[in-house]
Amino acid sequence: MSSENNKILTTDGIPLEESLKVAEKKNKIKAFLLVAPLLLFLLITYIIPIGGMFSRSIDDKLTTNMLPKTYKAMEKWDGKNLPSEEVFEAFYLDYRILVKNKTVGKLQTQLNLEKNGFKSALKKLARKQKKFKEGNYKEQIMNSHKRFKNVEYWRAIKRRAPPITYSKYLKAMDMYLNEDNKIVQVEEDRRMHRILWLRTLEIAFFVTLFCFIMAYPIAHLLATIPMKYSNLLLICVLLPFWTSLLVRTASWMILLQQQGLLNDFFVWIGLFTNENRPQMMYNKTGTYVAMTQILLPFMVLPLYSVMKTISPSLMRAGKSLGATPTVAFFKVYFPLTIPGIGAGCLLVFILAIGYYITPELVGGASGKLISNQIAYHMKSSLDWSFASAMGLMLLTGVLAIYWLYNKLVGVDNIKLG
Amino acid sequence: MALPKYTETQYRIWHYFYLLFCGCVFFFLVAPLFVIFPLSFNAEEFLVFTDGMKRLDPDAFSLRWYHDMIYGTKNPWGLAAKNSFIIAVFATIGSIILGTLAALGLSSRHMPYKGLIMATLISPMIVPLIISGVAIFFFMAKVGLAATHLGIILAHIVLGTPFVVITVTATLSGFDHSITRAASSLGSNPFNTFMKVTLPLILPGVISGGLFAFVTSFDEVVVVLFLSGLDNTTIPIQMWTGLREQLSPTILAVATCLIILSILILVTAELLRRRSERLRGINR
Repeated sequence: MSSENNKILTTDGIPLEESLKVAEKKNKIKAFLLVAPLLLFLLITYIIPIGGMFSRSIDDKLTTNMLPKTYKAMEKWDGKNLPSEEVFEAFYLDYRILVKNKTVGKLQTQLNLEKNGFKSALKKLARKQKKFKEGNYKEQIMNSHKRFKNVEYWRAIKRRAPPITYSKYLKAMDMYLNEDNKIVQVEEDRRMHRILWLRTLEIAFFVTLFCFIMAYPIAHLLATIPMKYSNLLLICVLLPFWTSLLVRTASWMILLQQQGLLNDFFVWIGLFTNENRPQMMYNKTGTYVAMTQILLPFMVLPLYSVMKTISPSLMRAGKSLGATPTVAFFKVYFPLTIPGIGAGCLLVFILAIGYYITPELVGGASGKLISNQIAYHMKSSLDWSFASAMGLMLLTGVLAIYWLYNKLVGVDNIKLG
Repeated sequence: MALPKYTETQYRIWHYFYLLFCGCVFFFLVAPLFVIFPLSFNAEEFLVFTDGMKRLDPDAFSLRWYHDMIYGTKNPWGLAAKNSFIIAVFATIGSIILGTLAALGLSSRHMPYKGLIMATLISPMIVPLIISGVAIFFFMAKVGLAATHLGIILAHIVLGTPFVVITVTATLSGFDHSITRAASSLGSNPFNTFMKVTLPLILPGVISGGLFAFVTSFDEVVVVLFLSGLDNTTIPIQMWTGLREQLSPTILAVATCLIILSILILVTAELLRRRSERLRGINR
């Protein structure tokens, strides 16, 4: 008998090994096809648009497309002295088209962002260029406004040549590229974004800490008392979890306002006089209090699900071996709850760092987070590329924590309720 | 949890302190919600307990804000409620279908790249809503679905599916796959097997995932803020505008209704969870 016949064959005469491989592959495809609709849907409506935010955030084709001839002519210019007649002519030709198409305003705004004072010079040029004669455009443009005699302005145009820019990311870090292409910081009194980033981290950190301090004892209580009580208390945790976020924020607005219940209570017990009731809303205090209460269930539930699995006999064993309750708690119980602590803290931190609704409503100016700034640029200042840049910076941070969470806890271990 | 008789005094004190602390935390969690109830029956326009209310004077209470909510002039709540329900129902159906299919695939042991795909499918739950809002808005504006019901429904399907995926995968984790094989060996086609064997067993998970998706959609503000026009205002949008402009008692009336709704949903979810555990033979 040849060696081939030693292999086990299926009834079709195919070796079993191969037949199993085919079946395995079929199963793989079947499983993948079930996931495919959702994956495709998310890819189109969600993941690719998030990627699109990146191209939007670095996109700087606006000026590049408006001055095609100028940038071509500028390729040979070294940027030291005033450019040659060729560049001036190209600029005149590009500019004439823009004036004719009435899109010149966009260029004026863009170049003015690059260097102050461009707008008036360009407006003057728009008026004067109608009377331009053919030839010697350098002279004519330079005579239309004295700023065109300054080489700095031509350098500013050249700086906008590349179709991509990182300036939005620098701006989000309170930095910018100066005229010599060096990264410098903005003046001290205008560094608002760095404050926002730090405040977001600070608030997320302390909210996580407060949630942990409050959640640990009650999760322990829920896990150790008899079922009939724990079910009732669990509902106290789940009810806020299921209630509308806006309703919960509204209730904090009622409680925290200056004529609100909490202040009434403080006056009644004599902590403050009626005249100087403390301001507890529209500042950081409001953000802290409301966010802690709103995110508390997200800390309690992971802790509870871990604590429920810890057998009470372990603590008894520790104590019977001579440990005091304190020692037994820190040496036996606490280490066993660390997975739950990790899960809860990471979850609360991730949620807190991107919070928008509550800080917007109760945070005032000093309690606003980076999300609120993103929303401001999306809805009010309409600087969408800046909003995209900041959004992606925030997203990078969140994804890093998400990756950590996935490593430590595993996303398939997330439990709801 | 009674203390044993031999407990030393210091631990006894510590134990009562612990119970007191837990009591305070539970109070902190739940009490703010119940402030809204009495104030929504206020006869006055102020958001404080009037002297009449403190004396439990019947004249100090009224249903005028509920009346205002339903019959008020130019009131936006009717349209908002209609929109909210339409959007939430369709978003829930979409989430359930896509999420359940994906969960079935994910819990097959043949699934390649399981961890990566799961992490991707769950990501809308983790990514800050403001970023999801911006990205989805750019997409919907590009395809011309901004300020339409369909656009908002699709956006809410994105946000709702992770919950369905999580709950259904959890239900399937204790699922005995030999019963589907038994069904196939008895001549059932895959579709019938799913409808008659798998679905009834995972139904509690599907429904509780659906409830999560419904609540997510019904309560969602951030994405809708970017996507909604005048015609597709929802309850959360109306509350948001109300809270930003002026806290009126009408909002509290709406909030009370929402709390009652969430209590109903909570009870349903809790009953389903217990049923699911019973069905899967998990005893606590």
